[in-house]
Amino acid sequence: MTERDELLNGRRLEQTWAEPKGVYGWLTHVDHKSIGRRYLVTAFVFFSLGGVLAALMRLQLSRPDNTILGPDLYNQVFTTHGTTMMFLFAVPVMQGLGIYFVPLMVGARSIAFPRLVAFSYWMLLFGGIFLYVSFLVGAGPDVGWFSYPPLAESLYTPSKRADVWAQLITFTEVGSLAVAVSLITTTLKLRAPGMTLNRIPIFVWAQVVTSFMVLFAMPAVMLASTALILDRLVGTHFFDVEHAGDALLWQHLFWFFGHPEVYIIFIPATGIVSTIITTFSQRRMFGYLAVVLSLVSTAFMGFGLWVHHMFATGLPQLGESFFTAASIIIAIPTGMQVFCWIATMWSGRLSLRVPMLWILGFFTIFIAGGLTGVMLAAVPLNTQVHDTFFVVAHFHYVLIGGAVFPLFAAFYYWYPKITGRPLSERLGAWVFGLFFVGFNLTFFPMHILGLHGMPRRVYTYPAAMDWGTLNLLATAGAALMACAVVIFVSDAIRALASEVAAAPNPWNAGTLEWATSSPPPNSNFPRPPTVAGREPIWENPLDQPVVVGLRDDARDVLVTHVLDAEPDHRLLFPDPSIWPFLTAIAATVLFIWSIFTPWGVVYGAVPVFVTMVGWFWPKSPNEGGTPLWPFAHRTLPRPHEAPAAGGAI
Amino acid sequence: MFGIGINQSVLSPAGVQASSIHALWVLMLSVCTVVFVAVLTALLIAVLRGNHRRSDQPSASPAERTLTKYVGVAVGLTVVTLIALLVASVWAGRSVASLRAESALSIDVAGHQWWWEIQYEDAVASRRVMSANEIHIPTNRPVVLKVTSRDVIHSFWVPNLQGKRDLIPGYTTALWLQASRSGVFRGQCAEFCGMQHAHMAFDVVAESEEEFTRWLDAMRQPGRDPPDATARKGRDVFMQTRCAVCHTIRGSDAAGQTAPDLTHIASRRTLGAGSLPNTPDNLANWIRDPQRVKPGNQMPPNLLADDDLHALVAYLETLR
Repeated sequence: MTERDELLNGRRLEQTWAEPKGVYGWLTHVDHKSIGRRYLVTAFVFFSLGGVLAALMRLQLSRPDNTILGPDLYNQVFTTHGTTMMFLFAVPVMQGLGIYFVPLMVGARSIAFPRLVAFSYWMLLFGGIFLYVSFLVGAGPDVGWFSYPPLAESLYTPSKRADVWAQLITFTEVGSLAVAVSLITTTLKLRAPGMTLNRIPIFVWAQVVTSFMVLFAMPAVMLASTALILDRLVGTHFFDVEHAGDALLWQHLFWFFGHPEVYIIFIPATGIVSTIITTFSQRRMFGYLAVVLSLVSTAFMGFGLWVHHMFATGLPQLGESFFTAASIIIAIPTGMQVFCWIATMWSGRLSLRVPMLWILGFFTIFIAGGLTGVMLAAVPLNTQVHDTFFVVAHFHYVLIGGAVFPLFAAFYYWYPKITGRPLSERLGAWVFGLFFVGFNLTFFPMHILGLHGMPRRVYTYPAAMDWGTLNLLATAGAALMACAVVIFVSDAIRALASEVAAAPNPWNAGTLEWATSSPPPNSNFPRPPTVAGREPIWENPLDQPVVVGLRDDARDVLVTHVLDAEPDHRLLFPDPSIWPFLTAIAATVLFIWSIFTPWGVVYGAVPVFVTMVGWFWPKSPNEGGTPLWPFAHRTLPRPHEAPAAGGAI
Repeated sequence: MFGIGINQSVLSPAGVQASSIHALWVLMLSVCTVVFVAVLTALLIAVLRGNHRRSDQPSASPAERTLTKYVGVAVGLTVVTLIALLVASVWAGRSVASLRAESALSIDVAGHQWWWEIQYEDAVASRRVMSANEIHIPTNRPVVLKVTSRDVIHSFWVPNLQGKRDLIPGYTTALWLQASRSGVFRGQCAEFCGMQHAHMAFDVVAESEEEFTRWLDAMRQPGRDPPDATARKGRDVFMQTRCAVCHTIRGSDAAGQTAPDLTHIASRRTLGAGSLPNTPDNLANWIRDPQRVKPGNQMPPNLLADDDLHALVAYLETLR
């Protein structure tokens, strides 16, 4: 091939994978980078909204007998804060990182089921808008993010507020289940040749393990929230004690989801930590196998300790001891990961750039939160501090320390890759410092408040309780955190407008997302890579072959085998389409309609059916569809005939 | 901070159960502090070493085998520590739960939005005592609280005496406690139960056996007859307006079941489940507009003429 041919082919390839322009075109995007960016931006907007609600709570609690927010508004605010942070920020932001980076890290041109991923995004967006519109018209949920019946039943919450909460769950869970399926399939079937299971980057492992957890955990909460809607809408009495229902049934279902949820948020964050420590230590991760196994075992154990949220309900002591043991034992794999990270830094050539500052902040805060977690696993101590500010402190140490700090590290680390523009190192240090100090000022005093008897979810407290000083301190800390976020956002906007371009691999990292330009081209990799080691950029020999034989005038991707990533077959991927957007609108109508009348489910299903038919309607080449590969389907060598990984295909 | 005043703290136990939990807390806090310092020290050394290696003259990295050994030891220590804490936890759990005694005083507690219904059991029906938002117990004697809820889930918590227990409709569970010194210990609902979750407090008064018996005997008396004309007028107001629909005053015609028993209202320390100190002024304000102090509670505002209200308060103040 001449140089000119190659250039032409390269252009054609970029056009093939380009997404349409214009407003209509924007609604049809299926590119994982485009959807991933939307996920990240949307989740960050919800993070900010949740933060504003948190600030309102801190204002209300800053002094005793305060009247800035009344009980009615305060209860809506804390419920919407928790619901936003869990369902509209933490899970989507981690999935957004997965959508953007998993295909790049495994060297693929696309995510599996791109239209499904586009659909998930619209469900997340519409669900979030639904929640906030409800909140603004005074119908924000006010029964807690856990929505315990009987309080959430229509007898005690006759308004639509509890339905808004329950249906938001449906929106976000449909979205996260679909993304989980896509991420699992991408990792198992679209890896670059040569990326055997033991060469998958730890970040990708974390995303896969999390996605499996999503598949098993989310159905429990969807079942519970659907049963709650049925109770409220058609009087099914699942949780109604007066009619042979059971109030505790909800708690078992909810926490069977709710505890794994914590790990669904935390495990991807550990993937970020491993990635960044590896890069900035400039050495392979110490104890790769141990770390991967500890992710998997954490995921399994995460399903065995939901009862520690119910120690105060008065369950039999023997049963409680089992869950105490499970809750304590889950600290072992996490501890092992911590030691492997420390060993990696210990033996590496460490540079303390801004992402590493956030990782060090993560260590400090997360370890403190993990240790209070061990305390909470002990039933007797749990019955004292459960549902007090001690627990509020604990889970903010675990979730902000364990997930938000790594996330900010990820923003600084990957921002140049996503936008092609680096963030400011100097401002980055300030953002970190303010956030770290502000965080500890806000949440450390809450441990003490909890031990001194302050329960959670109270909209006020009498002056005589002496809780005022520490609460004021916490409010001051929250102001510092808010400043940090404002500086971060302004720096991110400044960087977008700046002329400074980021290099393809500014940190000298070893994983494949850095083996392409910043930002990556439409096709991700003009020449899809093959892999000869765990950190391909560091370990691939100079003459490492690339994948050839994919068309440049059609969205061809290479499908590989699950275990050894040997080439299997070519697959034609779908074009941009408006149908996922239309299906999401139809599903939104159904979901919202059905909180008012059961007939919403019946009639609302018709447009969903119609749009799904449109979505899956095949297009023949005469109608503008791409012809399938002109030869037989299986044109690649069978696995046993294929050359060793990396050989010419 | 946290000085005198109100007792509502895990850190100053006044009962057998709270003391063993406090001992567990001290153990946990010490062990966890040591672990925290140890891990962060290791982190600091790692950062210093790793960072130094980047400089001009890189020192050799430790061999992977050495690192593996260190990590193995650290994991081993983690396992041992965790098992020790597990044993300590189960041990403390046994001592908290295993207070079974024949001599125990039995009290029924039921949660309502947003107040506590208290009943002292007795084999003789007329000797049972109904009250609200205030529990008296003798010191150094086991007490078993049989707790449930009449509406949504609440949680009964007196941190100075014992850990909390959820009050769940449809379930009745037993919570044991034993005060080891006298005093007034404040408790508060710990499970979010709706609009006025913040104003659902109560007092536990631990006192000597004699004082307790005297108090219980007083409680067993029906509400006393009005001693003067004002109080008599107050009683008429109580019976003729809607008060009696919801409230009970034993020995009178008022037998409402949906609100706190007022037979001995004047002897209680607070109004509105810990919302206000129980003074005549606060009582008058509360009756006039309970929604101002505790918005959303079940008691409606009462538009009474000033002298009617005055008489009503005078009557209620005689119910000691």
